[in-house]
Amino acid sequence: MAVPKIVGIETEFGIMVRGTADWNPVSASSLLINAYVGTDVGGLDDRTTPVAWDFIDEMPGADARDLMAPEFALPPEVETHLVNAVLTNGARYYVDHAHPELSTPECRDALSVVLFDRAAELILIDSMVAAADALPDGQEIVIYKDNTDRKGNAYGCHENYLLDRNLPFGQIINAATTHFVTRQIYTGSGKVGSELPGVGRKEVPYQLTQRAEHFEEEVGLETTLKRPIVNTRDEPHADSQKYRRLHVIVGDANMAQVSTLMKVGTSAIVFAMLEDGAYERPMPIESPVEAMHAVSHDLGLSKPLDLIDGGTATAIEIQWDLLAQAQAWADRFGLEAVGEECGKQVLERWERTLAGLEADPDSLAGSIDWVAKKRLLEGFMDRHDCDWDDPRLRALDLQYHDLRPAKSLAARAGLEALVDDDEAAVAVTEPPPDTRAYFRGRCLQKYADSIVAANWDSIVFDVGDDPLRRVPMLEPGRGTVDHVGTILDESDTVTDLLDRLGA
Amino acid sequence: MAEREQVRRNAPKPTEEVAEEAPASSESGEALKAELDDLLDEIDDVLETNAEDFVKSYIQKGGQ
Repeated sequence: MAVPKIVGIETEFGIMVRGTADWNPVSASSLLINAYVGTDVGGLDDRTTPVAWDFIDEMPGADARDLMAPEFALPPEVETHLVNAVLTNGARYYVDHAHPELSTPECRDALSVVLFDRAAELILIDSMVAAADALPDGQEIVIYKDNTDRKGNAYGCHENYLLDRNLPFGQIINAATTHFVTRQIYTGSGKVGSELPGVGRKEVPYQLTQRAEHFEEEVGLETTLKRPIVNTRDEPHADSQKYRRLHVIVGDANMAQVSTLMKVGTSAIVFAMLEDGAYERPMPIESPVEAMHAVSHDLGLSKPLDLIDGGTATAIEIQWDLLAQAQAWADRFGLEAVGEECGKQVLERWERTLAGLEADPDSLAGSIDWVAKKRLLEGFMDRHDCDWDDPRLRALDLQYHDLRPAKSLAARAGLEALVDDDEAAVAVTEPPPDTRAYFRGRCLQKYADSIVAANWDSIVFDVGDDPLRRVPMLEPGRGTVDHVGTILDESDTVTDLLDRLGA
Repeated sequence: MAEREQVRRNAPKPTEEVAEEAPASSESGEALKAELDDLLDEIDDVLETNAEDFVKSYIQKGGQ
């Protein structure tokens, strides 16, 4: 059986300080996060110092291909000196590579990811407001949920899926590559123009994704240079004998909640199918990097992609075939691995989305980012009688991703909401009930003064005179409200808690 | 071409519900246009002035 597809996403946000030319992104990101964790909502009661991240298990240089890794691959550095906080909803909020980054807590299904991704947006919005007090008059920090400055610099929105360690990595590479290249037709956030050298506005006035052009390799360990479609970072943050965490770096950050649901939901299904041996027609694509760029550039959704086994198929055709296999898998194995209700919704949306893309992409302007943005751009060109060269279109493209409620164009685009903001406001401080993030979040709410540090798979407690005690959390599906809710409710002190846990 | 057809044959047919959702009538077309007009009014209000400088000044350091 497929292991539960526990999943989380990490988003690096674009950052600007307006009102001054003299600023640097690392300091601005630190100020932003410190301002947030110092407020009532982000801070832990009246503590002024948030609980710090524990780096003991960070090994981003570990490669899933083991000894296959080429010697020139540079392991990413772990930046331990920058701001790094754990929030009471189980999320991690930190400075990474000159960007503020927020990792959602571990979620049990794609709908839960949508909820915590919206909560992340609310956290960033609160952070901008909190930072305003710390900045001189006339200065403002502005956050963009996008993936590129459109000048060649990209930053990511990564997905992480819990996989069975027994699944051979070669199988993952084949299935993931085909899905990642073709899912772009509904996961793209849209971008005006191209960032590839020598590709002009005439050839690519607009494209489906922000990220596609920043991928140059098929498989590899890198995340910041020569980015690969399949990333081999092997850092499970869980029992490494049983699990793998697939670190997916190809996706766009989405403003449309339906795009996020589809991006995470379809991918979770593909990996669950693979684990169940039910992915029978992998349709490997010839030259995946070129295909990735080509799909992103293909506004007509009609470009045939060469398949390794001969013949061609368009991205939509490959997605239809994947969907047919997913439906057969669901009939045979059930949807438990991806969450029953969520899985049903994803399969239904998947079908509706492909039908819409095939018949009339514009009909998806309320659900898919690249379509929603294109509608605004084309409406703007009609109204102002301008073309793709007009700088206002690039401003519109950028401002679609502006998170300030007063400025965000995505917030005005009529996008369908899958979670309401009251629910998301709760998720700003409350962890999901159905993964180990529940234990992390509740402990931070209740025993923050006794917590020295926390990370994905452990919490370190200071119980006074005794040595520090580390509670490991190597099972992402344990530590839920069902497992530990009562113990947490009934333990008034950390000593009580550790006694009852037998830790 | 044969391969493409084979791929398509495996695909599920869109359900009735899906077909019904496509906006077909001119009435809904008018409503959509009015909605877009309102949206474009709002964009004209909030869009950054001096677009060229705004876009030029958006420079990020690369990340992951």
